[in-house]
Amino acid sequence: MGFEINGKTYETDEEGYLVNLAEWDEDAAKHLAIEEKVEMTPAHWEVINFLREYYNDYQIAPAVRVLTKAIGKKLGPEKGNSKYLYELFPYGPAKQACKIAGLPKPTGCI
Amino acid sequence: MAAPTFEVPKLTGNIDIPAIRPGATAHVKSFPAAAPIQEALGFPGQLVEDWHDKAIAKMGDLLDRYRSLRVFMDACVHCGACTDKCHYFIGTADPKNMPVARQELMRSVYRRHFTFAGKYFPSLVGAKDLTEETLQDWYTYYYQCSQCRRCSVYCPYGIDTAEVTMAGREILDTVGIGQKYTNEILSKLHRIGNNLGLPGPALADTLEGLEEDILDATGVPVKLPLDAEDAEIMLVTPSADFFSEPHVESLIGYAKVFHAAGVKWTLSTKASEAGNFGMFIGSYENMRRAAMRIRDAALDLGVKRIVVGECGHAWRVAYSFWNTLTGVGHGGTDPFSQQLQKQLDPNYPAPQHICEYTYDLIQHGKLRFDKSLNDHRVVTFHDSCNVARGSRMGNMPGGQFVIPREVIKAVVNNFHDMAEETIGEGTYCCGGGGGLLSDDLMEVRVKGALPRMEAFNNVVQDKQVNFLALICAICKAQFTKVIPYYGFDMSMVGGVHQLVSTAILLDVPEESAEESEASDD
Repeated sequence: MGFEINGKTYETDEEGYLVNLAEWDEDAAKHLAIEEKVEMTPAHWEVINFLREYYNDYQIAPAVRVLTKAIGKKLGPEKGNSKYLYELFPYGPAKQACKIAGLPKPTGCI
Repeated sequence: MAAPTFEVPKLTGNIDIPAIRPGATAHVKSFPAAAPIQEALGFPGQLVEDWHDKAIAKMGDLLDRYRSLRVFMDACVHCGACTDKCHYFIGTADPKNMPVARQELMRSVYRRHFTFAGKYFPSLVGAKDLTEETLQDWYTYYYQCSQCRRCSVYCPYGIDTAEVTMAGREILDTVGIGQKYTNEILSKLHRIGNNLGLPGPALADTLEGLEEDILDATGVPVKLPLDAEDAEIMLVTPSADFFSEPHVESLIGYAKVFHAAGVKWTLSTKASEAGNFGMFIGSYENMRRAAMRIRDAALDLGVKRIVVGECGHAWRVAYSFWNTLTGVGHGGTDPFSQQLQKQLDPNYPAPQHICEYTYDLIQHGKLRFDKSLNDHRVVTFHDSCNVARGSRMGNMPGGQFVIPREVIKAVVNNFHDMAEETIGEGTYCCGGGGGLLSDDLMEVRVKGALPRMEAFNNVVQDKQVNFLALICAICKAQFTKVIPYYGFDMSMVGGVHQLVSTAILLDVPEESAEESEASDD
């Protein structure tokens, strides 16, 4: 499974998540966002970039609280809440934003 | 919420028994586990060549190991008392989701290979050969059962479908057919220590952030210690409590209760998961391996008490199985079990549920609340299946029903139960338990939630309920995802200790006192 953009192929798992994190680039993110019916805005990119930075440091996506706090600091306190994140990523910030960011799907009782 | 690709049931005000629709959810199958995941649990990576003989041999092994399974295979008289008791049948109308039919998938093969009549006159007794098609049917329908055990309450023989489902999954795993969701999570738990795969540094960072949040919100320096060696209590909680909303609100609640009690407590990196999906796949070896992390952490940290956070199936494993699995409580006879039994304080239950812990403090007047802080909420409580039917709390029969409600009533003014036949021992599953909390099973999750949604909707309409209080991470995640399909807002879902967190009164230290303490150091 996978997709191809400008001659570059990206492998995905059965749920559409990138298999190889290192393959991720902005083109892949845009493609994954279209599949998720998410229209990317600068606010979406803030979230995606933060997720990737955090993953780089901790090998896991940030907890929702960690994410909301970071977004609140960057975009203003009125946006530092999970309601705002759900507006950006309606299927849930953890799973949907991780997919677009090229991170593995968070698992567990979430 | 993505647009559903299936028809969402309409709420009618009643829990109606549907006319059967054969094969209605035959197409709903979860993704199989890839080879590396299977192998990490000690199972073959793919369907083995001699799958038939291996499956029958495994069934024989399980029948010998668990006498209960053999009784369940033999005792059913097809009376039909269970047929309309399963939330998945009520929601999907697929007759194979009737508990008796789900069991029959295995029972027909059992008869063929393990009974005299079935061996020699199979067609007379409905005995069937195990075919690859049957195995696929097992995979489909044993992963449309949440092992909630509601059917067993109404069975005149007490036949426990959950145990049949567990055996079915164990046999499937043994021949190389596993479910991605459950087995991937279990392999992460073995490898990293929790279902999320949250490494120690990320956990430490998350807890530090929560301490800041609590201090900002309350002015009280409530701590969430990690691997603290002088702790009296080790809290073991589902890792979703660290990660998700609304789960984290309950974690904050536990921390506030420990703070108010003035007790030294800790979380553990090694035992950063209460959940134990080994039970879901009926694998004793995997369940024990997961439970051992908790025993090892308790021994390492030298704690006197083990408290379990809001997690339904974890509490069943802890309350009902830890004693013989690991010696928490009594039962384990190896030297480490005995060491642990000596180490744990016999004045307290081992293990103890967080609701028991909080209830006990309330009984002794050790906690102060302002219930009016919860006055914006009208609360109902959903009994989680594994707590309701697989365990107990406190020292009274039915304590698992009484204690969480007493905790809620101590912290809120507005509480209403749902209809009696849908709570307590007869509680309906949330629809996402037993390893079904997976996106690829969304159709059965939404449909399986139907009876609970009917009961919930009735108290929303009649009593203006706006908060569904829970004591299980799976229930919290399931309802957050599913209730919007029925027209409710996900913010109506939360934890019992989230309510405690809202109402609890903590002493705010005076800054001057803090400063003088600091200068003394």
